[in-house]
Amino acid sequence: MNLKEREEEIVDEFSIFSDWMEKYEYLIDLGKEANPLDPKYKTDKYLIRGCQSQVWLHAWKQDGKVRFESDSDAFITKGIAALLVRVFDGLSPEDILHADLNFINKIGLKDHLSPTRANGLVSMIKQMKLYAIGLQHKTEI
Amino acid sequence: MITKEKVSGFDVLKVREDFPILKTLANGKPLVYLDNGATSQKPKEVIDVVKKYYDNENANVHRGVYYLSQLATDLYDGSRKKIAKFIGAKESETVLFTSGTTESINLVAQTWGRQNLKADDEVLISGMEHHSNIVPWQMICEEKGASVKVIPINDDGSLNMEVFEQRLNKNTKMVAVAHISNTLGVINPIDKIIEKAHAMDAKVIIDGAQSVPHIKVDVSDLDCDFYAFSGHKMFAPTGIGVLYGKRELLESMPPYKGGGDMIDKVTFEKTTYAKLPFKFEAGTPNIAGVIGMGAAVDYLDKFEWKTIIEYEDELLRYATDKLQKIEGLRIYGTTANKAPVISFLVDKIHPYDIGTLLDQMGIAVRTGHHCTQPLMDRFCIPGTVRISLAFYNTIEEIDIFINALHRVLKMLR
Repeated sequence: MNLKEREEEIVDEFSIFSDWMEKYEYLIDLGKEANPLDPKYKTDKYLIRGCQSQVWLHAWKQDGKVRFESDSDAFITKGIAALLVRVFDGLSPEDILHADLNFINKIGLKDHLSPTRANGLVSMIKQMKLYAIGLQHKTEI
Repeated sequence: MITKEKVSGFDVLKVREDFPILKTLANGKPLVYLDNGATSQKPKEVIDVVKKYYDNENANVHRGVYYLSQLATDLYDGSRKKIAKFIGAKESETVLFTSGTTESINLVAQTWGRQNLKADDEVLISGMEHHSNIVPWQMICEEKGASVKVIPINDDGSLNMEVFEQRLNKNTKMVAVAHISNTLGVINPIDKIIEKAHAMDAKVIIDGAQSVPHIKVDVSDLDCDFYAFSGHKMFAPTGIGVLYGKRELLESMPPYKGGGDMIDKVTFEKTTYAKLPFKFEAGTPNIAGVIGMGAAVDYLDKFEWKTIIEYEDELLRYATDKLQKIEGLRIYGTTANKAPVISFLVDKIHPYDIGTLLDQMGIAVRTGHHCTQPLMDRFCIPGTVRISLAFYNTIEEIDIFINALHRVLKMLR
């Protein structure tokens, strides 16, 4: 699936919920279902600045694509991070760099986040793009 | 169940009519505002006074020779007198207007502190202080080679008074303590602290930000050297606050800021400063804020403190009782003597998750470290969920909050 298809899939999933409590419930479930990050990546080095709850993001390169995994100490944040990972994981660095995400606005997520969480979301996307830049010319180990 | 009728004969529904914002919706639900420790809502009387000032009375104070300036000056100076009476200050000149508690404390640190602290001196603060009563002292102590010492906190959130007495010594020049903890709601025994500190010749500044809306404060009875508080937590506008100080201290302190209104005579060679309180109020002040704060005092004066305290106590006990019945919930700050503030955590659930979901149901709570990171470290927690009540909150609102919390916990567990 390309980026656009992935985004559409998420928008579809969220469209079945009538109110935001249900949407949050879904995000929480995504957070609960997401695999926990290996504790060795839950360190300051992988911590994303600008989030009030702690979010860790680990990225590496595999077959020319960028792979991501994430974790958080808060379920909602973990669910949001899981959505971003779902959108970006396995894409080429170029696709990630040029991505102009619109699913966040389409599901209305940004309007329903507190300003601190919305900042955190922006930081997460920024960090994923920074990883993509960093990994662009990096040889795979 | 306690109903509103049973609570102290206090007509809360009538009081709620005074606060227009309480009728507002949040996320489509009736607002349940439980974040009064962050800022209180404003009664119509305060809003109207501020509007009237801008509609009919706006002019600069202490400057003009014309009608409006005199009117604005009278209102401004009148507010100072009201606020002085409100906190039991004998002379209104000892009540300085600042932008809030933070500026009040910075003023003392930067003037009194710069003038009096020397190498090896100590400033004794408590482990529950808000960052605004920690950082200003760290800044001036670093500059002067002095150090900040800390009174530790017991498990119930009270101050460890034994260690306080041990750490209070001849090098202690200032004791800086909150009257009421913004995070725990614990009321500190500041009368004892002031007495012991004075016996050691130390000065005392009390951070009263959380106390003025909840209990009767009398700075003369307390005999504190400085008392700092904000308007916006006591139903007045934001951006206005007070520093009370003893006259002899304020007179001996150098000015904080230079500018208009704080001078006696300016020449390029030398400037002499105005008398109290103007020495500390450089530039055009927050006139509307000051007048609004006077209106907030007028509003509070209509109530008996006893009634407010009894009613808020009922709310606190009711909410505490309901929360304690929730499995896995721990309250931080469990002393007998508390303001209506409850900080809690449930199991390992992140406070932000709880706060975000409560918000969806129209309930405003605070989550996080509440600007008291060292206190969070003391309890080894990243933050808490905090409800902080005002006398316009109701038993029904606590029920709505508790029911919502049950729903939220079901989602998060």
